Amino acid sequence: MKQSVFYRIKRNKVYLLLLLPTLLYYLLFHYVPMFGIVVSFMDYNLFKGIWHSPWVGLKHYRMFLSNPDAWLIVRNTLLLGLYKFIFAFPAPIALAVLFYEMRWKKFRRFVQSVSYLPYFLSSVVLSSVMIMLLSPSTGWINKAIQSLGYEPINFLQRPEWFRTIYIASDIWQMTGYGTIIFLAALAAIDPQLYEAARMDGANRWKQTVHVTIPGIIPAIVIMFIMSISGIINIPFDKAFLIGNAGNMDTADIITTYVYRIGILGGGMSYATAINLSLGLVTMLLVYLTNAASRKVGETSLW
Amino acid sequence: MVRTGKIGVFDVVNFLLLLFVAIAMLFPFLHMASVAISSPEYVVRNEVSFFPKGLQFNALQAVFEDKRLWIGYRNSIGYVILGLFISMALTITGAYALSRRGLVFYKPIMLYIVFTMMFHGGMIPFYLVARSYGLIDTIWAMVLPNAIVTVWLIIMRTFFSGMPVEVEESGRIDGLSDFTVLTHIVMPLSKPVLLTIGMFYTVAIWNDFQSALLLIREPNLFPLQLVIRNLVVVGQAGDVLEATTKDGHKVILESLKYGIILLGCLPVLIIYPFIQKHFEQGAMIGSVKG
Repeated sequence: MKQSVFYRIKRNKVYLLLLLPTLLYYLLFHYVPMFGIVVSFMDYNLFKGIWHSPWVGLKHYRMFLSNPDAWLIVRNTLLLGLYKFIFAFPAPIALAVLFYEMRWKKFRRFVQSVSYLPYFLSSVVLSSVMIMLLSPSTGWINKAIQSLGYEPINFLQRPEWFRTIYIASDIWQMTGYGTIIFLAALAAIDPQLYEAARMDGANRWKQTVHVTIPGIIPAIVIMFIMSISGIINIPFDKAFLIGNAGNMDTADIITTYVYRIGILGGGMSYATAINLSLGLVTMLLVYLTNAASRKVGETSLW
Repeated sequence: MVRTGKIGVFDVVNFLLLLFVAIAMLFPFLHMASVAISSPEYVVRNEVSFFPKGLQFNALQAVFEDKRLWIGYRNSIGYVILGLFISMALTITGAYALSRRGLVFYKPIMLYIVFTMMFHGGMIPFYLVARSYGLIDTIWAMVLPNAIVTVWLIIMRTFFSGMPVEVEESGRIDGLSDFTVLTHIVMPLSKPVLLTIGMFYTVAIWNDFQSALLLIREPNLFPLQLVIRNLVVVGQAGDVLEATTKDGHKVILESLKYGIILLGCLPVLIIYPFIQKHFEQGAMIGSVKG
């Protein structure tokens, strides 16, 4: 017999009461800002507020599309995300396999512990260390370059170096932690497969290629799908912290542009229009990739 | 994995690769600490790489004497304590309610929560809303906007709902109510997951830079991350130097900046060994659909 909704609410009233602060949090800090996107259809003015600013329709969207900067910003964002995906995605898989094949357990534990550590550093600490190491006059890296007889390179002021630095530091910070999921997949491989491979005369390298790697293909596929939205959705912090007037031609991505135009420049409606366009594309990507991962791996975010 | 056989080329190459990884991971930390406590003449000649040379603590002392850093430390510790309390209270009660079997409106509530992972209003609407709530230049700016991390809420819910029904029922027989089942049975049995998620919140609040950048203008409320950014990235560390060379200390900017950064990540380095035992497990629960 189906009980009435009213009865079920009454029976669950303690649980609903406990849930209330959480629901309120999502309302105040996630849903109300979603409605804040209406400012992208206005000429929003901080002093007039949301109720008295004039409506302007799609003006800011048209402005963005006709702005020559727009193409550069979108291009920077996509290229950074794409290169990051290409170079940073395989790294944890390779490292996980190395860990798995390491027979000296204590050494393996040590390298694992050390490689997880950078994940817990803040973007500010990471960026600060990079700025120090890469400094053209005092940085260790440039001094090493000089001692080999080359000219020092002003890495952070040169647009052609930004993506390399960004992605290399990402790999340094995220690879170790990223191995966890693949190590779990590796642990589930049936040891009998190795025995069978050895019977067939496979050496260590062949066992890795024919048993280990195929064993974690499902995990790789799922992680691949889940990483796709990262191509467009690049965190603000690091790009903002190591970006500067010198490397802006490649370092300026959508989020840093929104900050500069909206918060520093006061062009809030225009910045929101850009941000919303990005948000919609991201949402589409997340939705599609989640649907795909549900199909492929029977695993999904929800 | 147990595999027999003698050590071959494969193992040697693997060892060398992992050794390289370990060195690459540790180098920035070792270099940072070494420069911070080496004497200037060695630093200037670039003779300091992995280990300190000419041990001296003038730079660290100069760092300790800077008031801004202590204000940052004090504020960040305060934000972590308050934020951790709020985040855990919200996450635990929310996860507990969501883990109850047959919760009314379960599906729409989950959709309501999970949708926020797909779409968000963006930086400007967030700023405007926070401003309209009066969060600017208050401690609440650092603890409320990111109070719940949705993934961790879901991890905790998954963990709670995996608890055997029998345990809970025996508590019911002893007269526990809907709420005291949480405090007397579910929470004591979930210590590992509570600890893991608590650690993750601690690190997240400690490392938070964006909320402060957007919402805090008052230097007395700056969290440590913002102080470090102003000193190292924006480059105000020069003032510290000018203030200290007067006392006759011989300090160079490089050691000073590394000292500042080191102090900034020290708490994370200290709690890391304690988190380490737990977070692998935590990361795993997160990957399993609940």
